[in-house]
Amino acid sequence: MHADPKGVLTGIHFIDGDHAACEGALAAGCRFVAGYPITPSTEVVERFAARIPLVGGMFIQLEDELASSIAIQGAAWAGKKVMTVTSGPGLSLMMEHVGLAAFTETPCVFVDVQRGGPSTGLPTLPAQADMMQVKWGSHGDYEPIALSPNSPQECFDLMIKAFNLAETYRVPVFFMMDEVVGHMTERVVIPEASEIEVVERKWTKKKPGEYRPYETDESLVPEMVKAGDGYRIHITGLTHDERGYPAMTAPAQDKLVKRLVNKIRANADKIVDVREDGVAGADVVVVSFGITSRVAGAAVEAARAAGLKVGHLRLVITWPFPAKRIRELAATVKAFVVPELNMGQMALEVERAAAGKAPVLTLPHAGGTVHEPGAILAKIKEAAQ
Amino acid sequence: MHKSEIRVGGLGGQGVILCGMIIGKAASIFDGKHATLIQAFGPEARGSACSAQVTVADEAIGYPYVKNPDILIVMSPDAYTQFAPQVAPGGMLLYESDLIKVDDKLPKGVRAFGVPATRFAEELGRRLVLNIVMTGFFAGVTGLLSYESVEQAVKSSVPKGTEDLNLRAFHKGYEYGREQSAGKN
Repeated sequence: MHADPKGVLTGIHFIDGDHAACEGALAAGCRFVAGYPITPSTEVVERFAARIPLVGGMFIQLEDELASSIAIQGAAWAGKKVMTVTSGPGLSLMMEHVGLAAFTETPCVFVDVQRGGPSTGLPTLPAQADMMQVKWGSHGDYEPIALSPNSPQECFDLMIKAFNLAETYRVPVFFMMDEVVGHMTERVVIPEASEIEVVERKWTKKKPGEYRPYETDESLVPEMVKAGDGYRIHITGLTHDERGYPAMTAPAQDKLVKRLVNKIRANADKIVDVREDGVAGADVVVVSFGITSRVAGAAVEAARAAGLKVGHLRLVITWPFPAKRIRELAATVKAFVVPELNMGQMALEVERAAAGKAPVLTLPHAGGTVHEPGAILAKIKEAAQ
Repeated sequence: MHKSEIRVGGLGGQGVILCGMIIGKAASIFDGKHATLIQAFGPEARGSACSAQVTVADEAIGYPYVKNPDILIVMSPDAYTQFAPQVAPGGMLLYESDLIKVDDKLPKGVRAFGVPATRFAEELGRRLVLNIVMTGFFAGVTGLLSYESVEQAVKSSVPKGTEDLNLRAFHKGYEYGREQSAGKN
């Protein structure tokens, strides 16, 4: 179906990534946001708070991140598309509720505008160091989805995709911005509502009494109902059966946890989104994401100008990781180069997928600013030897 | 690819970020170019140092930071002292001439153009519009963007009800810029 025109600010704008992310959420149909503002993500909720009364919906500034990350889940079960917005220190506090969203299969979007960490770190400066936190941050086994925009335009476009994925797979989806993408201003084109595809929640057609909240078909994604529609259901963070009631046995755990990870793993090829540039026949492939992909792009061009055969693979979706594609490339390239604004996180995934077939040269950066294109160029030259 | 790196520096409250915003908007929305704007983001407040980094290019921009600006626009002595030594060889300085004295901090060969923007703004009725005078001056001296595109960007960026004053400020800066640039070439 198409986006509701009320939430779509059609036109050409010169706005920053935070503002564009907010517009993306509104266009996607998000009508409930709870948050505890934190730099460098504050502008997302600031804009949402100003815009939502005109669109119809609700923003609540809550007392902390725990309240925010659980309020959105209540609103999701009341039928809304929901989001919370934070940065690293807030995301750490939200981890308990990330697990609840994963286990109760509550569609929701967590926006993380990444800043330097750990702890309070660098409030106003960039990093990409929460990549493993969103993969593994809450206890237990689950498979999240994470997207990594590299421009204000993508903060708009990919936010719609983030909501669509949350609804399609009923998982917490992480929108992994960083301070530069969040605060950088660029042209953002917002199309007509009729050109924006949004995914409606998978509502059940079953009657109360027939409906079982965690019964699934081959899609592995159960149908949903919302509060007020006359269904009496039970939702719990305990291991549960198809009726949603606690079932604390090894077989119930086996069945549920396997389905939760398989609904993403079995669809990974469909979900994965990489953008490749000159990868075929390349000696060296640079793997990057987010703001670093823009700097890496400049370095790749400089390397090509120097006569090197270099490809660039950008992770638009970081989780699930495109392991299959990296495995294929590992058979043909001399080496991978992985620049990232952390001490080596996604590089571990590239190494895992390459499985020793091609070396992985890491280019870690503790954050606070972005890489110098020259540093990436030097690493490409080293890899090409 | 043609690329111009611009830094705008001054004090919080002078409209430094808005000046950068208007240049970026003019380029990317009204002039068919690409532009990025990065603002120095820290505990800035009214009266403290403030700066914006704008890149304008014919093609998509990868690295958005400005290290050695081709064009430096400064509205305060502190911003001049901090950023003047970084201007790229063959670059250009645009400065508030009642507040800033150009000295040997400016690399040799950098062309300097001054405008009494605060005084002009006061003569127009509000000191606040000095940033728009500077923006007009930038458009007039550099010719990097068309008059119409910057004018439209000014019009769509200032608060409703102040368009007329701001457009007069823009025009004043632009005309002065044309004169200064003609005089030096």
